[in-house]
Amino acid sequence: MSHQTSQPKRSHEPVFWGLFGAGGMLTAFLTPVMILITGILIPLGIIDSDALSYERVHGFATSWYGAAILLVLIALPLWHTLHRIFHGLHDIGVHRGRDWQQVICYGFAFAVSVFCFTLLIQML
Amino acid sequence: MTNSTIDIDILRYRPEQDNAPFVQTYRIPYDEEMSMLEALQYIKDEVDGTLSFRWSCRMAICGSCGMMIDGVPKLGCKAFLRDYYPNKIKLEPLANFPIERDLVVVMDDFITKLESIKPYIIPAEEKSLEQGEYIQTPEQMAKYKQFSMCINCGLCYAACPQYALNTEFTGPAALALLARYNRDSRDAGSAERMAIVNAEEGVWGCTFVGYCSKVCPKGVDPAAAIQLFKVESAKDYLIGMFKPE
Ligand code: SF4
Ligand code: FES
Repeated sequence: MSHQTSQPKRSHEPVFWGLFGAGGMLTAFLTPVMILITGILIPLGIIDSDALSYERVHGFATSWYGAAILLVLIALPLWHTLHRIFHGLHDIGVHRGRDWQQVICYGFAFAVSVFCFTLLIQML
Repeated sequence: MTNSTIDIDILRYRPEQDNAPFVQTYRIPYDEEMSMLEALQYIKDEVDGTLSFRWSCRMAICGSCGMMIDGVPKLGCKAFLRDYYPNKIKLEPLANFPIERDLVVVMDDFITKLESIKPYIIPAEEKSLEQGEYIQTPEQMAKYKQFSMCINCGLCYAACPQYALNTEFTGPAALALLARYNRDSRDAGSAERMAIVNAEEGVWGCTFVGYCSKVCPKGVDPAAAIQLFKVESAKDYLIGMFKPE
């Protein structure tokens, strides 16, 4: 399989680490902005609530680029979070059933990503 | 000089007579110039000759005097009583290593890890002596110099929570040493060493806590070496997907 004669086995971690890294970037840079807009500025009336009216948001979510943005904004931070939780469990010493922990964590991220994808596709 | 004293708790263990490690307190004259290592030497010479600890250079270069000082991995010769006085100080052997005797730990696993990463230059082609030296520019040297400053003290292993949980992890100093060779322009052994990097026990055993770099007395920054390698390893993974060997 690899270019080496001796033991070390290649880890598949790069896949999850890649999603984790990308999700982390989004979480760090965009989540605070989104919370600021939807959780503070709009409720306080600093931004006109029409900016997030049903029609506008629906229009955005049903355009192909809007749907792509939403999918990325939901799925990647989710992969980030569950990767952190998976490794956090190891760090705090929960060693039992690592395989199941892995299946549940990444399975959840995968399931929600697919769910979200299907939902968006249906609305297009 | 004043006549004040300072108390030092030392975790002791003499395998031939103690069933388990225990704490012994020593009171010695306080001197603000005194390092932790000198305090231990004072105790050994004047108070209790049975105390064991490692040391050699007294100047943070040999890497033998690592110990836990109030729970933090430090070099005994680079830590001073004045930074703790008037409080009591607690000295223990380096965490995550088996105790051999008193403050002396068994470093075998650490040494094996260092040796496992092929810590020598693997040239693309051997040159004979007559062909002269392998030339390197200052710019090429700057690429790895920082990672070559390691003194093999083991403080980073004592600091690493991942090594604490699983000693299979290659660990900070060995991976920094690996970076030292892979980044060297005279070396052509990267592909061989990447197999070690790519493994679960390689860089992927790290969750970027970063404490290793914080305790390193030589500014090696092993955490940076590991993070850089994660990017390399991810690229290597992608390439591996398209050209299976
Ligand atoms: S990387 Fe730093 S802390 Fe680790 S063994 Fe080398 S000098 Fe010591
Ligand atoms: S005695 Fe050499 S590093 Fe401390």
